[in-house]
Amino acid sequence: MEHRTPPISGFAAPDLPAPFGEWFATRGWQPRAHQLDLLARTRAGRSALLIAPTGAGKTLAGFLPALTDLAGRPKAKPGEARRGVHTLYISPLKALAVDIQRNLAMPVAEMSLPITIETRTGDTPSHKRQRQKHAPPDILLTTPEQLALLIASPDADRFFSDLRFVVLDELHSLVISKRGHLLSLGLARLRALRPALQAIGLSATVAEPEALRRWLVPQDPPGAMADIVTVAGGAKPDISILETDDRVPWSGHSARYAIPKVYEAIRAHRTTLLFVNTRSQAELLFRELWRINDDNLPIALHHGSLDVGQRRKVEKAMETNSLRAIVATSTLDLGIDWGDVDLVVHVGAPKGASRLAQRIGRSNHRMDEPSRAILVPANRFEVMECRAALEANYLGAQDTPPLVEGALDVLAQHVLGAACAAPFDADRLHAEIVSAAPYAALDRPTFDRIVDFVATGGYALKSYERYARIRRTKEGLWRVSNPRVAQQYRLNVGTIVEAPMLNIRMTRRGRGGAARGGPVLGKVEEYFLETLSPGDTFLFSGRVLRFEGIRENECYVSTGTGEDAMVPSYAGGKFPLSTYLAGEVRAMLADPKRWKTLPSQVSEWLALQRDKSVLPRREDLLVETFPRGNRHYMVLYPFEGRLAHQTLGMLLTRRLERAGTHPLGFVASDYAIAVWSLNDMSAMLRDGSLGLAALLDEDMLGDDLEAWIADSWLLKRTFRNCALISGLVEKRHPGQEKSGRQVTVSADLIYDVLRAHEPDHILLRATWADAALGLLDVRRLGEMLSRVRGRIVHKSLDRISPLAVPIMLEIGKEAVAGDANEALLGEASRLSGEELMQEAMDG
Amino acid sequence: MNSLAPANDASTALTIAFGGAQAVCDRRGVLFFAALDLLVVSDLHLEKGAAFARRGRLLPPYDTAATLKRLAGVIADYDPGIVISLGDSFHDHDGAAEMPAPFRETLAGLMAKRDWYWIAGNHDPAPPADLPGHSAQEIAIDGLVFRHEPVPGAAPGEIAGHLHPGARIVRRGRSVRRACFACDGDRLIMPAFGSLTGTLNVLDRAFAGLFDRERLTAYMLGGKGIYAIAGGMLR
Repeated sequence: MEHRTPPISGFAAPDLPAPFGEWFATRGWQPRAHQLDLLARTRAGRSALLIAPTGAGKTLAGFLPALTDLAGRPKAKPGEARRGVHTLYISPLKALAVDIQRNLAMPVAEMSLPITIETRTGDTPSHKRQRQKHAPPDILLTTPEQLALLIASPDADRFFSDLRFVVLDELHSLVISKRGHLLSLGLARLRALRPALQAIGLSATVAEPEALRRWLVPQDPPGAMADIVTVAGGAKPDISILETDDRVPWSGHSARYAIPKVYEAIRAHRTTLLFVNTRSQAELLFRELWRINDDNLPIALHHGSLDVGQRRKVEKAMETNSLRAIVATSTLDLGIDWGDVDLVVHVGAPKGASRLAQRIGRSNHRMDEPSRAILVPANRFEVMECRAALEANYLGAQDTPPLVEGALDVLAQHVLGAACAAPFDADRLHAEIVSAAPYAALDRPTFDRIVDFVATGGYALKSYERYARIRRTKEGLWRVSNPRVAQQYRLNVGTIVEAPMLNIRMTRRGRGGAARGGPVLGKVEEYFLETLSPGDTFLFSGRVLRFEGIRENECYVSTGTGEDAMVPSYAGGKFPLSTYLAGEVRAMLADPKRWKTLPSQVSEWLALQRDKSVLPRREDLLVETFPRGNRHYMVLYPFEGRLAHQTLGMLLTRRLERAGTHPLGFVASDYAIAVWSLNDMSAMLRDGSLGLAALLDEDMLGDDLEAWIADSWLLKRTFRNCALISGLVEKRHPGQEKSGRQVTVSADLIYDVLRAHEPDHILLRATWADAALGLLDVRRLGEMLSRVRGRIVHKSLDRISPLAVPIMLEIGKEAVAGDANEALLGEASRLSGEELMQEAMDG
Repeated sequence: MNSLAPANDASTALTIAFGGAQAVCDRRGVLFFAALDLLVVSDLHLEKGAAFARRGRLLPPYDTAATLKRLAGVIADYDPGIVISLGDSFHDHDGAAEMPAPFRETLAGLMAKRDWYWIAGNHDPAPPADLPGHSAQEIAIDGLVFRHEPVPGAAPGEIAGHLHPGARIVRRGRSVRRACFACDGDRLIMPAFGSLTGTLNVLDRAFAGLFDRERLTAYMLGGKGIYAIAGGMLR
């Protein structure tokens, strides 16, 4: 069966050159309509976006313009100058580039096309890179970082002298990150070098394809768009929610209750892909499955912290179909076509409708057969969220996040790169940069401040003129002051900043720091390891490890035992609930008619809430207050995701403090926030000394936010990333790799100094913008506050409500934050005093 | 926000007995001997930002001003007759010579009418250019020996800097790290005073052989007070 999208009028179906027609024919294939459509558009000189589900022949479609053009190219005459790269393919994953090379090599060999295809990634040996510079392949498969390096090189113009096409794979995933910003600037540079260059974007279905279409072409005039070719989805996936007679937990993310059913599903299928949201969930699920794996099914684990060698082994096993199940995080999200997966299990709620669709797409790469997927909610709110995601998938709803403006730290990196390639004229570079969609709104004064930052640090105190990294020549061009600057640039290129990590190395028990090392198992975040004492156990790489000690940048562990091993928790990797799903969950909550699609234990819970408290309408915000123990609780249910809730929690406690309720703490989940105080907030709301409308007014995003955030570790962490990406501090120096710890310390110190002395510095502005969009999710919080104005429903209760149970169970799990550090010091000094007194009395 | 009691028992300085004298460990990272009218400050690392800028890292140029301002604060409070700057007073060899004039004047103002000793450090082995004060490799006063780098096996009473000691405790699953005075009764190592200086954990190998671990106390510098933490509590 062939799915056809009719060619859009104006573009006749092109004839394929002979070898291609024969090649399709000998396989009994026909070129698909979208492949021909895309080819016709590119032949007309257009750039184009192809949106297609997996299994639709997307890769071949993307390369057909390049392959046919190359096949028809006359042979190079003897003595003719070497040709440059003809087509550049860029993907977010090194592994994807390697995968594509394999997939392209086959048709090229079978048609005996005179086309060379090579990869260039961080793993490419330097002699090969050198060779590529002198004898470029026709098609080069690479990553955004490698592109940045190539365009920053003085011979970029020659290298790309014959460039015709850029193919951007998994564009939907690239554009949402700073890597995407870097890539957009690289693309603008390539267009400046080769104005006739055509871009071909390959993407999964997104909420706003127009944003991607703008991304592919110069924004001159503003709003210009590439063509679009859309392939309708194949068969609707067959999604179900795991049915169980077991009790679904109130809170938590482990889904332990469902493990036996999940195992049954694995046994009933050829290959199952199990997706989770975080690495810690992956570790837990993997362990729980092996605990009951009586059939010894080959079940593997795959996440980004594991040692590369181990990951490659798992990937190899996938390819040869020798695994029955693989537990994975987002490292397997992207379109690598491995093996014959016939079931996707999503453990924990998928957090977004588009995310779910993309993950289900991993199963069954023949687009005409339905994919099978099972959703496994880990708690009762997640049951509703899974239901909403399932319905959204049926409707084809998309909720990919809107694109954000290009980051300024990335811009600084790019400006330095431009100077490394050749002296630049500021006017021309600015014009080039605003042609990139993410930077289309970049005003000239901001650009000039970035150039100033690159040159001398951009400080009001002009004391570094003599140490400038780039300087103006007599002709008014900016050039690097010395070769060392270019060297430092090359070593620091890229936008991926990882939390400081330590190697996990096996040793024998009790050898601590004195031990000689065994094999490295992978890496774990330093801040987790710092909280361990020798003898503590934790779960990693599917086994229980005993912490022995930290030495330099390695953590020594031995084989541990025990049921109560900790699971490393990671700050990253937790996606907040999408706005769309949040709205659907609120709608479901408000409408008892929809409860019949929910398991009875969930619908009964909601019915109880209706009886004991109240169910908010879809656009309302329910606020409950009640006493418990000797505390007074306020629980809010905005359903706006954990990040926005944390920010709201911080701001709310500040305001409650001022209102005199004496708040003691708060906890936030994806669905709700609970704040607890010494004073009776119900009574204060009754007598008018506390007002919810004022408490939740949008003005909390003004001064309160500024005052709180400036001292927050959230901002320091964000600043560290901006400082690294912008080149203020170095990731690496020639000949020495800085350990993450040293970078952390100095970036924090720099932040404090900068904030005290130059709060308007451009890098602080970049940090604030990043944090507001990222860790603070201020935009979403603002939208919520504006939505609920006049729609706040307060219910005063004499005890906890049914709906409050999940969030109340979270209390005590959360670590204390902020000023608590000082209190911990005080506590420790008291305690050590008591211990000394005890010692003295024992003696 | 948290559910812990505030650290209201914090004090801004602790007095300890060291080398037969009473020494005040100030939260701000200086040591004061009242009987000697002597203030000790270590690892100022003045002009660190500029030193990095000379090598292509354009750190904020405000560290020297910030360090001098804090130094002025403690000098105003204690008004010492003698000040010992315990080495690494400047971050690099060019620091003193290239220091902008306003900073030089501020520093000279703080030094006026005091006996000021520049101890040589590994970052600044030569006496600082164009500044008053005495220079020395080390100084001995009343059984106390002041030098930059601690010497393993030195006689009791050594006061040194160089290592930037920091200490870490773990409570309730959280790790807190602060600069500290490290002292076992025989030797005291000063925290670094400079605004852009980091810390090194006192349990690091660099401190091996310097302290009697049984008697080690870290006086950790908090935002509100100074906290004496027994060596056994450190991580």
